[in-house]
Amino acid sequence: MVSLTQHHKKLERNITLLGVFAFLAVTVGGIVEIAPLFWIDNTIEKVDGMRPYTPLEQAGRDIYVREGCYVCHSQMIRPFRDEVERYGHYSLAAESMYDHPFQWGSKRTGPDLARVGGRYSDEWHVQHLKDPRAVVPESVMPPYAFLADRDLEIGDPAAQLVALKNVGVPYSKADIERAKADLLAQADPNADAGDLATRYPKAQIRDFDGNPQRLTEMDALVAYLQMLGTLVDVNSAAAQEDLAKEKGR
Amino acid sequence: MVKVVSGAGIWLAILLLAVIAIAGAQDSGFAIHMTIVAIAALIGLVVSVNKADYAAIAKGILRTPDETRYDDDPIRWGVIATVFWGMAGFLAGLFIALQLAYPLLNLEPFFNFGRLRPLHTSAVIFAFGGNALIATSFYVVQRTCRARLAFPQLARFVFWGYQLFIVLAATGYLLGISQSKEYAEPEWYVDWWLTIVWVAYLVVFVGTILKRKEPHIYVANWFYLSFIITVAMLHLVNNVDIPVSLLGSKSYPFFGGVQGALVQWWYGHNAVGFFLTAGFLAMMYYFVPKQAERPIYSYRLSIIHFWALIFLYIWAGPHHLHYTALPDWAQTLGMVFSIMLWMPSWGGMINGLMTLNGAWDKVRTDPIIRMMVMSVAFYGMSTFEGPMMSIKSVNSLSHYTDWTIGHVHSGALGWNGLITFSAIYFLVPRLWKRERLYSIRMVNWHFWLATLGIVFYAASMWVAGITQGLMWREYGADGYLVNSFADTVAALHWEYVARAFGGALYLAGAVLLVINVWRTILGHLRQEAPMHNATFNEAADRPAAPVPAE
Repeated sequence: MVSLTQHHKKLERNITLLGVFAFLAVTVGGIVEIAPLFWIDNTIEKVDGMRPYTPLEQAGRDIYVREGCYVCHSQMIRPFRDEVERYGHYSLAAESMYDHPFQWGSKRTGPDLARVGGRYSDEWHVQHLKDPRAVVPESVMPPYAFLADRDLEIGDPAAQLVALKNVGVPYSKADIERAKADLLAQADPNADAGDLATRYPKAQIRDFDGNPQRLTEMDALVAYLQMLGTLVDVNSAAAQEDLAKEKGR
Repeated sequence: MVKVVSGAGIWLAILLLAVIAIAGAQDSGFAIHMTIVAIAALIGLVVSVNKADYAAIAKGILRTPDETRYDDDPIRWGVIATVFWGMAGFLAGLFIALQLAYPLLNLEPFFNFGRLRPLHTSAVIFAFGGNALIATSFYVVQRTCRARLAFPQLARFVFWGYQLFIVLAATGYLLGISQSKEYAEPEWYVDWWLTIVWVAYLVVFVGTILKRKEPHIYVANWFYLSFIITVAMLHLVNNVDIPVSLLGSKSYPFFGGVQGALVQWWYGHNAVGFFLTAGFLAMMYYFVPKQAERPIYSYRLSIIHFWALIFLYIWAGPHHLHYTALPDWAQTLGMVFSIMLWMPSWGGMINGLMTLNGAWDKVRTDPIIRMMVMSVAFYGMSTFEGPMMSIKSVNSLSHYTDWTIGHVHSGALGWNGLITFSAIYFLVPRLWKRERLYSIRMVNWHFWLATLGIVFYAASMWVAGITQGLMWREYGADGYLVNSFADTVAALHWEYVARAFGGALYLAGAVLLVINVWRTILGHLRQEAPMHNATFNEAADRPAAPVPAE
């Protein structure tokens, strides 16, 4: 033990040595744990159906991020009997592969939303967001009525898709060129959506907020909520077989 | 004169850039933020051009003593900022606690829970805690190095630059400018600004150590140094973003999905590990021995637990992602290291508590020591609870529930809060050269209000968390889930009320802190009976009475 304190004297008399050793000590854990996630194959098992968000869904997701919904809602179903029965099949890594930022959350003051898409009607979502206690008396959720009054700030959807492409989301050239048209068309059943549904399979095209005259923030948020967890058919036989073959999970 | 002109030139350039950014802003939030920057630059410009001696005016307002051997002005400002932001953060906390009990208190859109909750966490961690860390580190590094701050102007830049960071972050949350990554919510340009301030902080701190007149670097400075270096690393890696426009607030983080999740919790857990633990242990290593007038218990233990703590902490992040889509091997690794982390954590607790060897009577007589002991005790309790909750089977119940919230607060209110309060009580009379605090008895009241508040808080959140966790997984004899999600929300109402009550007690204690600091700065002394006197019974102070014969 004497030698330990003797050796340590070198460090505690030299700020450079102390700083370098401290820095080395704190880098190891991150390198060992995080770096392999970028090359180990089975970190994200490939599944059919995953696609980037449509510009309208992404706009809704931006509102979800802006309002801090993650502080009360998770988007990560754990593989337990009660969670799978309550929320649906447990979440797969691939299902959030295009999420920048990820929104898995850490607290469920409200229920998990990973597979909320299609569970309720658009009318229910609009009503619930405007006045949560009108449909769920026990709820402690804040009201979001202002979303229905506020026009969606469209800005430059192409620039957003380019930024997302730069962080690794595989938007095609056509996706970026048609970003604004796609955004407007998805919320308007009378508009010509072009090949929107081909480039974004399972995209839901309709007016979401019950007011076809306007494109509001409510449209975008409900469009996002209604697609959550709908892309991958985890319950189909093929998906189950693929999952059964997985190794090392 | 040259200095004044170049200073004014920099401010003018920033002002012009901010005005251009306002003109070209892509969204209203960014325009508001650039207006705040422009106002800050304008104030800087006026101060540097105007001949008035603002330093002297500030000294007058703050009642600063004339002569100080060390460079203490930024520390005095830092103490005041700590108290101010502490009150703001506690108040926000109480308000959002009440929102969960009474949702009518949500005032959309600016004061909804989703926007206020990051405001609360950032205010207490980064504004209250961060100012406490910067101020105490500048105090401690000067005293333990026997040298004045290396770059006095840069130190002042660190203080004001950090306040600007806080204002931009806080207003951003209310305006809806958020990345929604826990404890890393500020957007890209605020992140860049913090990086500049943080590098300046590192330069001042290391520069002062290089100037030292003592051969050894004191243990508190090891902890401050590792805290500054590691937070820089975490902040830089977790905030690699691609802005949509250089004139807009929105950006997308480089890491997404499962990798984004682990990078975020590697950051998030070590915000706890290095911001709220290593930095505050540095405070413990200076202020506890000073107040107790005893040397640190064990030098060897401090070496072992320092290196073990900083090495192990970094691995613990994955325990926030148990049973998620993060690969199993990473979860298990995170759990194993979290459990090992118990030992170096308790090494710090033992070193702090055993420093009172031979001075334990002061727990009875000195409320500041009492506060320090309670703080280190809470550190020990929460660093036991943490590893326990990182065990996967425990976590399967506790995760996503209020148990986590209770755990965080036993650490934050108990350990971080109480050690900061006691450091402030130590610092204020010394920084302002007062005979003593305005009132020692008020410290005692603060101690009991805070302690009782934490007990209400932690106990109600344990009950709430375990209740909810068990209700979620409850099955009836028919094989179906018993409770709807709404049932489990309704069940927590009274726990949420009790939690808010605990928070109110804690806030009441902090109000006493404000009064005490304020009156001490003004130089007032409260006339009060001393905390402790040996008992004296006048009636018994005489010869034994003769007993009459029967």
